[in-house]
Amino acid sequence: MEKIKSYEELKALRETLRIGRPDKSSEDKPVRVKVAMATCGIASGAKEVLDYFTAELKKRSVSCSISQTGCMGYCYAEPTVEIILPNREPVVFGYVDTVRADEIIEKYIKTGELVDGIIPTNYERR
Amino acid sequence: MQLMVCAGNSCRHHNSEDVITRIKWRIETDEELMNSVQVIQTACFGLCASGTIIKVLPGNIFYANVKPEDTDEIINEHIINGRVVERLLYHPDDQKVITGTKSLNRKQIRIALRNCGVVNPENIDHCIKHNSYLAMGKVLTEYSPAETIEIIKKSGLRGRGGGGFPCGLKWEIASKNDSDQKYVVCNADEGDPGAFMDRSILEGDPHAVLESMAICGYCIGASKGLIYIRAEYPLAIKRLKIAIEQAKNYGLLGVDILGTGFNFDISLRYGAGAFVCGEETALIHSMEGKRGEPTNKPPFPAQSGYLGKPTNVNNVETFANIPQIILNGADWFASIGTEKSKGTKVFALAGKINNVGLIEVPMGTTLREIIYEIGGGIRGGKKFKAVQTGGPSGGCLTEKHLDIPIDYESLTQAGSMMGSGGMIVMDEDDCMVSVAKFYLDFIVEESCGKCAPCRIGNKRLYEMLDKITQGKGTLEDLERLKNLCNVIKDTSLCGLGQTSPNPVLSTMENFAEEYYEHVVDKKCRSGHCKSLYYYVVSDELCVGCGACRRCCPVHAITGDKKQIHHIDPDICIRCGECIEKCSFDAITIELEPKRVTVL
Repeated sequence: MEKIKSYEELKALRETLRIGRPDKSSEDKPVRVKVAMATCGIASGAKEVLDYFTAELKKRSVSCSISQTGCMGYCYAEPTVEIILPNREPVVFGYVDTVRADEIIEKYIKTGELVDGIIPTNYERR
Repeated sequence: MQLMVCAGNSCRHHNSEDVITRIKWRIETDEELMNSVQVIQTACFGLCASGTIIKVLPGNIFYANVKPEDTDEIINEHIINGRVVERLLYHPDDQKVITGTKSLNRKQIRIALRNCGVVNPENIDHCIKHNSYLAMGKVLTEYSPAETIEIIKKSGLRGRGGGGFPCGLKWEIASKNDSDQKYVVCNADEGDPGAFMDRSILEGDPHAVLESMAICGYCIGASKGLIYIRAEYPLAIKRLKIAIEQAKNYGLLGVDILGTGFNFDISLRYGAGAFVCGEETALIHSMEGKRGEPTNKPPFPAQSGYLGKPTNVNNVETFANIPQIILNGADWFASIGTEKSKGTKVFALAGKINNVGLIEVPMGTTLREIIYEIGGGIRGGKKFKAVQTGGPSGGCLTEKHLDIPIDYESLTQAGSMMGSGGMIVMDEDDCMVSVAKFYLDFIVEESCGKCAPCRIGNKRLYEMLDKITQGKGTLEDLERLKNLCNVIKDTSLCGLGQTSPNPVLSTMENFAEEYYEHVVDKKCRSGHCKSLYYYVVSDELCVGCGACRRCCPVHAITGDKKQIHHIDPDICIRCGECIEKCSFDAITIELEPKRVTVL
């Protein structure tokens, strides 16, 4: 990995990452799936859900990036998954098991049709 | 067209299930509606007092207080004829917050948790994309250490570990003590029962903490950072290790960071999970490989800390706030919160509440807003009784405190404290004497044993509380309990002992009548204290089958075949086995024993 040698280089790297590096970074695909993988999420089954998404999205040839994140804050509804479709606001789904994950892939990711279990986001990011 | 119906726990109490069933039935029986309308169940919209909530897309129309019988009107008027049903409309003050799948009620502002749940914590590129290390770069190239400290001071940021000491001042003191080597320590020894704020930050956004520690190192003139984290947090440790390695690979930690000549290195120190090691002097001793026992202050760690060198200790959440202050300015941060407490506070909301979660609210938010709006109210529609803040050092607040704006001073004034952010909600089924006993049990386990008031005093407190919950307490005990609490507070060596009687004092203050009931009437109104309730066989329902008699492990039940059975309250251990076994619901829990005279 190249070292970042100055503040300017850091800012430049950030800009490149913002625009997207189509060559390697897996975070840059149009459809993004984020699974909350803090200890509490994993304890409620987030790992299985993450594995399911990884396997199934590949199997069903959906082009998207899957990543893990930390706690989204909705402990009562773990495992939680955030789906970002192009040009749409991120939607968080709660109580996601493999059955619901299947529904999310087939309906929301493929056709944009919302499914049960949406968690209305209740915070602002500053 | 989409109908989003809230199926959160709170709306369920407002009959949301019937609302959903009725709407679905109506739509499914009409082919035209079937093709054009979709019903989606959602989690809490945060408007729990006005349930059931329905949101119609497109248009972001919110309906509140919808009853099952209102659904036809919504379908006929709104969906079929396109006319909004004014009668049921909810009028939010702020129209712009309600687009898409956002909640109507957005009382939360995320500063410390900004990237938590957004970035991939194990991918530094993803974090840099979301502004990680930008604040560090800015500080190293644009500000002098003194200027940076001035920004932190001006922002009004106070220590989030519980004490609330001004962060900028702490840094200034450490920066003014000359030494060949200084240390920055991050206190990640989160020990309050029910608290998980620091763990979530470290698991979700470890780079924010690393970046801040480097900023702190630059300000006070330290080149080494240490994170003291409990070994019970393996995932946080794993992610920190990955983050440190990735940052080093990028040259964002190590020597000559960003070509500025500033060196900073971070390593981890593991704690074994002792509660007292969250106290900064005990923490430092533990890091040095000594027993985790506190020592008297002064000398403060800023004068003589780790290995006798000036050391600055801050909590995880305090650090997580720093980058945002640098990037957005001190005035921005100071504009959030109350006069003396600026910014936001992360709380781990737990207990008998519908939406258990990790929340971040501006200082000055009331407990009512947190519990009833963000938390979605009390689970099972029960009555709110108390909320415990500040962990074992804090106290229980009651209904009369629900409307005080939360900040360091107001909570202390109300007899509790901010603490690190654990917030445990209790309902009418919780016995306050038992709650106090629970915390004392924890303290007795966790007292390091160095000073007598804490080691012996807390044990005696626990024994007295135990006696009271067994119905053996006297009025003199209550008096002694109070006296001993004050003695422990006044004479203990460190913060652990000085605050450990708080749960007892605050429950005695706010729930005095419950203590008296335990002592005088020998009753526990919540039916929680085992010795103060009784298993009673109903004369009307008992058929004398003998199932309970046979299963009782202590042979407390007597009775002949086909005769009414009887449970001897003096032998009964309240295991509940007989209730399970009885097929006739003849055994109930009562606050009064049933005595029968044996002829």
